[in-house]
Amino acid sequence: MTTVTPDTVQDVTPARRGRRVPHWLLLPGILWLLVFFVAPLVYQASTSVQTGSLEDGFRVTWHFATYWDALSTYWPQFLRSIGYATAATVLCLLLGYPLAYLIAFRAGRWRTLLMVLVIAPFFTSFLIRTLAWKTILSDGGPVVGALDSLHVLGLTDALGVTEGHRLLATPLAVVCGLTYNFLPFMILPLYTSLERIDGRLHEAAGDLYAGPLTTFRRVTFPLSMPGVVAGTLLTFIPAAGDYINAELLGSPDQKMIGNVVQSQFLRVLDYPTAAALSFLLMAVILALVTVYLRRAGTEDVV
Amino acid sequence: MRTAARPLRWLRRHLVVIAGLGTLAYLLLPNVIVTVFSFNKPAGRFNYEWRRFSTDAWTHPCDVAGLCGSLSLSLWIALWATVGATVLGTLAAFALARHRFRGRGGASGLFFLPMAMPEVVMAASMATLFLNTGVAFGFWTILIAHITFCLSFVVTAVKARVASMDPRLEQAAQDLYATPLQTFLRVTLPIAAPGIAAGALLSFALSFDDFVITNFNAGSTVTFPMYVWGAAQRGTPVQINVVGTAMFAVAVLCVLAGQLAGRRKNRRRGSRRS
Repeated sequence: MTTVTPDTVQDVTPARRGRRVPHWLLLPGILWLLVFFVAPLVYQASTSVQTGSLEDGFRVTWHFATYWDALSTYWPQFLRSIGYATAATVLCLLLGYPLAYLIAFRAGRWRTLLMVLVIAPFFTSFLIRTLAWKTILSDGGPVVGALDSLHVLGLTDALGVTEGHRLLATPLAVVCGLTYNFLPFMILPLYTSLERIDGRLHEAAGDLYAGPLTTFRRVTFPLSMPGVVAGTLLTFIPAAGDYINAELLGSPDQKMIGNVVQSQFLRVLDYPTAAALSFLLMAVILALVTVYLRRAGTEDVV
Repeated sequence: MRTAARPLRWLRRHLVVIAGLGTLAYLLLPNVIVTVFSFNKPAGRFNYEWRRFSTDAWTHPCDVAGLCGSLSLSLWIALWATVGATVLGTLAAFALARHRFRGRGGASGLFFLPMAMPEVVMAASMATLFLNTGVAFGFWTILIAHITFCLSFVVTAVKARVASMDPRLEQAAQDLYATPLQTFLRVTLPIAAPGIAAGALLSFALSFDDFVITNFNAGSTVTFPMYVWGAAQRGTPVQINVVGTAMFAVAVLCVLAGQLAGRRKNRRRGSRRS
C-alpha cells in the first residue's frame, strides 16, 4: 500500500490512494469472465456461422442461412416462449404484489418469518419442487377434481389453455410452473422498493382525502415502479429461456425455445443451429427489454 | 342486505392479507407435497401417488444407487464454487464500489451481463468453448461454469453493501493512526461482511441447485440436480423427497438462527438502524 498523504485523508473517498488499486482488484474477475464468459460467446458466434457435420468436423463458412433456417423452422417455439414468459410475468406481478405489500406494510413482527418463507423454498432443489407439481396437477388429483366440478376446466378447455379436462401436459401447467419458479424473483425486488416508501406518504395521502385505492394508484404503485421493472425483467428473461417447466409439466406441444436449444445441442448435436437459436433468443429478449425499458421510463434499473 | 354487507366489508379490508397469504400458500404448496410424499411407500417406480405411510426412506436415505454420491459431489462443487466466486467477486465489488476509474461502467456491465442472460444461452456457449478447446467434461468444467455464473451474484451483493457504507468511518480510523491494513481488517471488512456472507450463501445455493448449466457442461458426471432429472425419466425414489425436505428444514432453521443472532447482536449494541 502507498503512504497516506494528508489530502487523501481529507478526501471523501479515502480509498483513492494508489491509482492502480482498482485495476489489480478487478484483474482476476475480469480475466475470469473474459476467458469463461466472453470467449465462449465468441466461440458460439463463430459456431453459428459454421457448416459441417460431427463426423467431418465443422468449418466457418459464414453460412448465415442457419439463422434464417432456425427462425423459419422454430418460430412457433419462439412465439410460445414469449407468450408463456409474458403470461408468467403478469401472473407473478399479480400474485407477488400483494405478498410483497403485505410483508412491507402489514406484517409487523411476522415480517422476518414471512421473508424466510418466501426465500426458503429456494433451498429445496427446484427440480424436486417442479416434480411436486406433477403430483398436485395429476389427472385424478384433488385440484383437477375440484376445478372440474366447478366447470372451470370446461371453460379453460374452451379457451385453449387446457385440453381434455386435464391440467398436466397443457399450456396452463407450464405457465403455472413458470410462475411458481420465478415468483420469488418478482417478490424480492418489489419488497425492496415497497419497503423504502416512507409510511408518512400514506398518511399524507389519507389526510388529503385519498381512499385506499387512490392512495395505491397515485402514491404506492408509482413509487414501487423500480421494483416492478426489476421484478418483471428478473422474471421474464429467465422464463423465456427456461426449458425445465415445459419438459416436466408440458407435452411436445408446449416445447419452448429453450427445449429446442437443449435438444439441438445435447441430442441432435447440431451445434450451428443451437448457437444460432441462442443468439436469436438473446436478440429477441434484448429487443423486447429495450422497448419495455423505454416504455417504463425508468433510468436506473441496473 | 346488511348481513351480506358485513362479510363483504371484512373481505375488502383484509383483501391484501388474504391475497398475500394465498400467494404464500402457492409458494409453499410444493414443499408441503415434497414433505408429505417423503413418508410415502409408492407402488411403482414413480412417487406421484399416495399409497401408505412409511418412514423407510428417512431411515435408509442412501439405499438408492448413486443418490448419496451425487449429493456429496454437489456439496463439494458448491463449496469450491462459493470459495472461487466469493474471492473473485469480492475483490471486483470493492474496486467497483470504492473507486472511480476509467472503464468502470464497462467493467460493471461485464459483471452484470451473466445474470441478465438466459441460462441456456450461457450454458451452451460455455459448452461450445470446452468442445472447441478439447477440455474433457467433468468436475472441472462444472466448477468453472458454476464460478462464472455465481460471480455476478457475489459482485451485486457485495457492491450493494460496500456502496452503502459511510466512508467517514474509514477516515476516522485513519485519523486515529490506523494503517491502511488495520483500517481494512478492523473497519472495512467487518462492515462489508454481511454482503460477502450473502453473496457466498447465494453462490452456494445457486451452485448446489443448478441444473441447466451443469446439464450442458457435466459430461457423464452426475450432480444431485442431474440425478433428480434422470430420476424424473426413470423413476423417482422417495429418498429424493427426503433430501428435498431436509434441505428445506435446514435452510429455514439456518435463516431463523441467523436472524435471531442478528437481532440479539443489534439489541446488545443498543443501536437500531432505521
